[in-house]
Amino acid sequence: MKPPTELEAAPVENPVVGIDQTKGDFQYKVDYAFDAGTGLNEDTVRYISSVKKEEPWILDFRLKALKTFLDKPMPTHWATKDLESINFDKIRYYLSQGQKPKRTWDEVPDDIKKTFERLGIPEQERKFLAGVEAQFDSEAAYSNIKEIVAKQGVIFVNSTEGLREHPEIFRKFFGKVIPTGDNKFSALNSAVFSGGSFIYVPPGVKVAQPLQAYFRINAENFGQFERTLIIADEGSEVVYMEGCTAPKFSTSTLHSAVVELVALKGAKIQYITVQNWANNVFNLVTKRAIAHEEAEVKWIDCNIGSRLTMKYPGVVLKGRKARGEVISIALANDGQHQDTGAKMIHAADDTTSVVVSKSISVGQGRSTYRGQVHIPKHLKGCKNNTECDALLINTNSRTDTYPAISVRGDKNATQHEASVSKVSEDMIFYMQQRGLTEAQAMSLAVNGFINDLARQFPMEYSVELKRLIDLEMEGSVG
Amino acid sequence: MSKLEIKDLHISIGDKSIVKGFTLTIKQGEVHAIMGPNGTGKSTLAKAIAGHPDYTITGGEVILDGQSVLEMEPDERARAGLFLAFQYPSEIPGVSIANFLRAAVQARMAEGEELDATGYYKRLYSKMDMLKIDRKFTSRSVNEGFSGGEKKRCEILQMAMLEPKIALMDETDSGLDIDALRIVADGVNAQRQSAAAPGILLITHYQRLLDYIVPDFVHVMWDGRIVKSGDKSLALELEAKGYDWVKAEFAATKA
Repeated sequence: MKPPTELEAAPVENPVVGIDQTKGDFQYKVDYAFDAGTGLNEDTVRYISSVKKEEPWILDFRLKALKTFLDKPMPTHWATKDLESINFDKIRYYLSQGQKPKRTWDEVPDDIKKTFERLGIPEQERKFLAGVEAQFDSEAAYSNIKEIVAKQGVIFVNSTEGLREHPEIFRKFFGKVIPTGDNKFSALNSAVFSGGSFIYVPPGVKVAQPLQAYFRINAENFGQFERTLIIADEGSEVVYMEGCTAPKFSTSTLHSAVVELVALKGAKIQYITVQNWANNVFNLVTKRAIAHEEAEVKWIDCNIGSRLTMKYPGVVLKGRKARGEVISIALANDGQHQDTGAKMIHAADDTTSVVVSKSISVGQGRSTYRGQVHIPKHLKGCKNNTECDALLINTNSRTDTYPAISVRGDKNATQHEASVSKVSEDMIFYMQQRGLTEAQAMSLAVNGFINDLARQFPMEYSVELKRLIDLEMEGSVG
Repeated sequence: MSKLEIKDLHISIGDKSIVKGFTLTIKQGEVHAIMGPNGTGKSTLAKAIAGHPDYTITGGEVILDGQSVLEMEPDERARAGLFLAFQYPSEIPGVSIANFLRAAVQARMAEGEELDATGYYKRLYSKMDMLKIDRKFTSRSVNEGFSGGEKKRCEILQMAMLEPKIALMDETDSGLDIDALRIVADGVNAQRQSAAAPGILLITHYQRLLDYIVPDFVHVMWDGRIVKSGDKSLALELEAKGYDWVKAEFAATKA
């Protein structure tokens, strides 16, 4: 590691050990101060595109997407009616840093401050996360990581930069995994996207450390309409981590990201998300991967918070012997609805998919599992294993499971297991009798429930996850 | 020296009165056996004293070292020194015995005080050895997939680790074969001999357990209260004559 050349910024406690964050001599130039206003029409889209100085094909892409978005009805015939409470006219679709709503630290609610403290979030990050500062200056750390991986030929930039500097790769894969018209919200994202990551890993390159969006926190990155595209070329391997466990205290109530992954022959991608949205947020995300021959894609997805989350990471198993896996944990507290699941589309022989989903409903919280597994008749040697377990903390919690498994032909195998369990009064009493408070007992029960999955998370994430659950349980005991 | 005073205790479940005027004082170091047929309120007594939410105390007092425990939450009672060895211990999936006991030990420490992990494991292993529990058990989930004997040994392990002032042991002998019974009894006897010997309320149907854990006092419970007390010879007498003898005697005094 290089010693810091200039010490302009105060040293920040680093969430990832070994990265030098004192090198604060590099900053984004904030020379644009634009605001697209509220509401969505063609002008909004043109405005965003011009601010980003995009090429005409991107503007065309956005405009077509806008039309698709406007034409598509809300999917309330199967999804919750709560979607109708989104008022698209009141939303700001693009905010540059200069126009970021300003608030002071004093205006941040006490419970949010307390949560930051309990989670051990460094001071400077707290202000960013609370919306007091527009930018958390981690550029130094980011450029460091970027330099390391660049030596291997890896491209790791934000999506705007990716479009500008690597159009030949970007364009080839962009919108191919998740077409604009996939659903209403993927269309919305396609019209107004900004922020997100673009990653390209050259053939045979195994990226040693996980790439984290965390290194690139800025106003855009935590934006509402992130667009991420990751391409792992033949035989390469990459792990990407998104989000952070601190509650994102956001003024915008609609977040709709699109994440596309492409694992070419023999490549491996692991995509890890831990999200903890404020409880006024609609988090409607489309995530999908294409796995080519002998490629492996694994989604690890953890959802805490938000008012409504709808997210079903999927893998299209396009090449022979491809493998897809979704591991998901969702926690729905009072007033929250976690509608999550997985999609596994088998499109080649000898493909394997695994889905393990665990959901926890607390108080009036509601969790829904929606799974789709599709194995057509002409294929052989395909396997799917689906396991979904739900834990209810109170009698008025709710959980629903909607598995849709279509396996045709007699040369394929599928297994589906589902369970619903409750944290019983007797279990809590047993733990209390050993001296644990009711809240401690609950959080131990919940942590036990997800223990086998949490172990698959990177260390720092699983520790934070445990702390988050402690906090959620503390608040849930009246 | 600690003591638990139970004074004229009345307990009901819903509208049904189960315990009707139970009085007993247990001092640290003493072993009191409570015997009696099914449905006389023995288990109700133990669970209600520990604070189980299903039971309502309708009268009387429970005082630990001069302080009433009835207003306390179950966890406060536990930390004050009350331990209940459950007849049917709950399973806690995904939580290892080591982590569970660690959380329980930590809960008894002052805020900001850190548990000494090395010392903790050393103690845990020595208690496990005493109870002939395989060390593999430390990483197994609490009671999950345990046999009856393993569950009861796990209860005694927790009691040994938490060093309560007063232990209520609810049918600890049920479901045990003779070898397991001996191991459990040895574990309890070892605690009786330690400097921090708890006062023990031993609830059982059978005399058999009392051959291994010899009580200082034996009480017969019938219809929600103690109807006869004596020393260990009372247990033998019950074994020989059955409970009908006590019932008849009690009916006569009431008439």
